[in-house]
Amino acid sequence: MGNASSESKPVAVSRKDMTRLQWTLKEMKRNWVAYLMILPYMLIFTLFTFFPVALSVVFSFTDFNMMEWPNFIGISNYISLFFDDDIFLICCKNTLIFAGIVGPTSYLMSLFVAWFINEIPPKIRAVVTLIFYAPSISGQVYLIWQTLFSADAYGWANALLLEMGVITTPIAWFKNSITVMPLVIIVSLWTSLGTAFLSFIAGLQGIDRSYYEAGAVDGIRNRWQELWYITLPSMKPQLMFGAIMSITGSFGFGAIVTALCGFPSVDYCAHTIMHHLEDYGSRRYEMGYASTIAVILFLIMIGANLLVTRIISRMGR
Amino acid sequence: MARLRTRGHRVVLARSAGGDAGITVILSLLGAFMFVPMFYVIIQSLKPLDELWMYPPKFWVMSPTLKNYKDLFTLMQTSWVPFSRYIFNTIFISVGGTFGHLFLASLAAYALAKIRFPGSIGIFLSIRTSLMFNATVTSITSFLIMSWFHWLDTYWALIIPAWGSTLGISLMKNFMAPNVNDSVLESARLDGASELRIFWTIAMPMVKPAWLTLIIYSFQGLWNAGSSVYIYSEQYKSFNYAISQILAGGIKRAGAGAASLVIMMAVPIAVFVISQSNIIETMGSSGMKD
Repeated sequence: MGNASSESKPVAVSRKDMTRLQWTLKEMKRNWVAYLMILPYMLIFTLFTFFPVALSVVFSFTDFNMMEWPNFIGISNYISLFFDDDIFLICCKNTLIFAGIVGPTSYLMSLFVAWFINEIPPKIRAVVTLIFYAPSISGQVYLIWQTLFSADAYGWANALLLEMGVITTPIAWFKNSITVMPLVIIVSLWTSLGTAFLSFIAGLQGIDRSYYEAGAVDGIRNRWQELWYITLPSMKPQLMFGAIMSITGSFGFGAIVTALCGFPSVDYCAHTIMHHLEDYGSRRYEMGYASTIAVILFLIMIGANLLVTRIISRMGR
Repeated sequence: MARLRTRGHRVVLARSAGGDAGITVILSLLGAFMFVPMFYVIIQSLKPLDELWMYPPKFWVMSPTLKNYKDLFTLMQTSWVPFSRYIFNTIFISVGGTFGHLFLASLAAYALAKIRFPGSIGIFLSIRTSLMFNATVTSITSFLIMSWFHWLDTYWALIIPAWGSTLGISLMKNFMAPNVNDSVLESARLDGASELRIFWTIAMPMVKPAWLTLIIYSFQGLWNAGSSVYIYSEQYKSFNYAISQILAGGIKRAGAGAASLVIMMAVPIAVFVISQSNIIETMGSSGMKD
């Protein structure tokens, strides 16, 4: 955090002579440049991050539809969402399955791949890192999965199964209610080794070698003990950051699902809360109801993150 | 007892051969899962039409050709909005969004990391908390805000929000905290230099790896933002959007579509390759303490 600069400058009146408020005001006045420096960023941040969330909460209690002045309707949006909206319940189930699998799997995959990569010689390391990281930065390249799993016999998956005689007619992978969910999970995992993964790579490289030497002398027997007793405790800040990135990311794959399966997906089989939000907000313009969905999504994301970061911070204590 | 051996001058723990083999196998399998689709993108783009529609499909190409790239180029030249316009849009939005973000986020990160003032911790906490939800949550109300500002269907709708992105400022603040030397700042203050001057001439040159990381992240986000709900006029759309339209052209354009995927992924990958070591250095201080 910040340095001790404020203490080192001579302050005319000692802190004891002032009330807390007086002291705060004085400090604020003395550091006016700092406020000036954060002002432009904070304006944009407030306008496009803080304000939209606050506005969603307000609109979630109204029937706003872009045409008329919104009326306050209490919690009836929340009641219809939970008790009258059958699709929302499907969405909740799908989101839970999707984020529950993609988030933890991508986190563990990022961690173990980063750990494995750290064990190989530095020259190959850069190339291997690129192979794992490339899908996450390559934009819409995930569309290649549509070619690999296309609905006709020219798709690799269908061709393989036809050749082997497992199936006699091609499967429409992304239009089939059984195969669609596992497939979008696989594709999402394929693109998920992103920021968390890089953070782990960097964290592993930053651990002081002498810890390992001391550990070896102290009787650590194998790489698993080394991982558990030395490596993971030393990179806890990265583990925390990576968890947040993975959880937040696991709620961000709506666009991939839409691009691969269409909108809405077959029988709502891959329809998540993110899609429900898009449906009401960007297609039906029922902004009040959409805001309610956004608020629920917000609470789920923050809740999941706080829960997981709490677990990680208690680990090894 | 642990068996020790030395590698160079360091003492390292002996690795069991079985473990090495296991790791190699797992890493290879996962690596193949990651690599094969990317490889297939490239192979598809080099296939002549008869090989693209061959049964069964093959993971190699018998008579490689650049015809798909030529077709793509021809399609670009015949598009209704000149293709140079799409390229200009993407460059303008990426550059405008990226440099605005770099400047504003660095300025704020410096104040948060190096000046202690009432509210600084609370402000950083609120920025950090916003990493815990993604843009889906704010999409609906952001759209309304854009329409109130009359920014819909203008470049501003994409450029201005990029300035306030939260990952960049978190990385910059975390990188500045240990990498900008406090005693240097202190002596500059005693010499009477203003904070703005210190920021620009002393702190910023010390955090070049972090600049590059912010630039890359911001650029990647803006480059990959193919179709935005904020933009509906054809002449303001991005290169990536135009490319994806070619891809959506169906069977007739399968070849050009395959080539377009290669172009789409080539740019971010090239940018990452150039800057990999700087990014990893920055990510070293990405961590969060509880």
